Amino acid sequence: MDTTVAIELAVNGTPVGRRVEPRLCLADFLRYDLELTGTHVGCEHGVCGACTVRVDGALVRACLMLAVQADGCRVETIEGVSGTGEVSDLQQAFAEANALQCGFCTPGMLLTAHEILQREPGADPARIRLALSGNYCRCTGYQAIVDAVHRVGGARGRETR
Amino acid sequence: MKPAPFVYHRPASLPDALALLERYGAEGRVLAGGQSLVPALNMRLATPGALIDINRIPGLDEIRLGAEGLVLGALARLDAVERSPLVAAHAPLIAQALPHVAHLAVRTRSTVGGGIAHADPAAELPACLVALGGTVRALSRRGSREIGAAEFFRGVCTTALGPGEVLTAVVVPRLAPGWRSRFDELARRHGDYALVALAAHARVADGTLAEARLVLAGVGATPVRAARAEAALAGRRMDAAALDAAARALAEELDPPSDVHASAALRRHLAGVLLRRAVRGLLEA
Ligand SMILES: Cc1cc2nc3c(=O)[nH]c(=O)nc-3n(C[C@@H](O)[C@H](O)[C@H](O)COP(=O)(O)OP(=O)(O)OC[C@H]3O[C@@H](n4cnc5c(N)ncnc54)[C@H](O)[C@@H]3O)c2cc1C
Ligand code: FES
Ligand code: FES
Repeated sequence: MDTTVAIELAVNGTPVGRRVEPRLCLADFLRYDLELTGTHVGCEHGVCGACTVRVDGALVRACLMLAVQADGCRVETIEGVSGTGEVSDLQQAFAEANALQCGFCTPGMLLTAHEILQREPGADPARIRLALSGNYCRCTGYQAIVDAVHRVGGARGRETR
Repeated sequence: MKPAPFVYHRPASLPDALALLERYGAEGRVLAGGQSLVPALNMRLATPGALIDINRIPGLDEIRLGAEGLVLGALARLDAVERSPLVAAHAPLIAQALPHVAHLAVRTRSTVGGGIAHADPAAELPACLVALGGTVRALSRRGSREIGAAEFFRGVCTTALGPGEVLTAVVVPRLAPGWRSRFDELARRHGDYALVALAAHARVADGTLAEARLVLAGVGATPVRAARAEAALAGRRMDAAALDAAARALAEELDPPSDVHASAALRRHLAGVLLRRAVRGLLEA
């Protein structure tokens, strides 16, 4: 018996149609069905932040959303925002500040950091640290990440002034 | 791990959702934000036969000020509630509590209805709803009813909702003149469930707390109202001796659990710390 469900969505601007098992989470759909492996899967219960993506503009955990729930939605992954250059300043700052080592947490960190800076352009290091507390990094010790995000926040502020 | 297989339904209306719940009985589960249910599915702590996804039912996400008070629809997302000027003005306790719930990418999906229906004993929203004297609106094929927050929470993740019943909204009474709120909690890490949380709501008059409602999370199976500490505060000048007496009354009336996160003694101590902070905050504000 075919238990799959048809879904249609836009992933990084490209229309996608597939049949999926209802129990397939969005993160596994992106990774295995679409081979967009920049979305990482660490804990599968919402704690580590490695799977963070955007759905209809909102930051979400792709491990806690079913692929069927993304039917009709606009999904953006790290591949998408890298392609558009939306986070290129953050990516460069991460490289310069040594804010990544193994890189496992980096896609989720970049998407979360970008959202923080959009909501609170002048966020100070304490606010940035608080907002990133839902994203685990097992390598860097976080200081370099907070530095990089803070630096970009300042640079973006100077640009718009 | 991955979830066990289930059938997925996405009803477009409340009557359709109720019919599906009736059809599946104990095998059916409402899926709202999924931020508690999907982890349980992933870990196979929950293995329902059918998920009834209510996310696309129109009108359930309202945040509205009505004659009865502030109405928060079951599907109002915590991120939207946190940023709502209506909530800031009419339920400041909830506005203060929400930044403590999980993290941004979890709050964008988490719903008011899910947070109340899930009834985690350490959760912030249930404590706020009890402190504010709110009500829960529930709907089933038998009709609708309103349940007072104090009667709604029955045990660990157990509520007054019956089989086939869906939570449609919660209602918080309008903020009465002179009433102020303070929410604070202590957790191991920001965004974790609280070790202890205190939702304090009080009427301030002549530099005293004329009436106080104190509700704690993380210290019992449900939100716990601290009636003796409330009495110890009511109408007193809050000098050091009075604060000590209130903290002592609170420690005596609480019977918190010991678990891997904290001992009962630590939780009792932290409750006193939160009480002192809340009293100071309420009187200063
Ligand atoms: C990493 C992480 C940290 C968290 N930290 C906190 C925290 O600090 N404090 C906190 O309070 N919560 C926390 N949560 C959980 C919180 O965010 C949940 O989302 C919330 O408790 C459940 O809401 P939901 O909308 O996601 O519900 P779901 O997960 O969809 O549902 C939860 C339960 O409620 C039932 N249900 C949902 N909606 C209805 C309805 N309208 N009618 C009847 N039944 C319904 C479901 O059937 C299910 O049994 C955390 C979650 C994560 C992933
Ligand atoms: S894999 Fe989704 S939060 Fe960890
Ligand atoms: S760089 Fe390795 S987990 Fe963050």
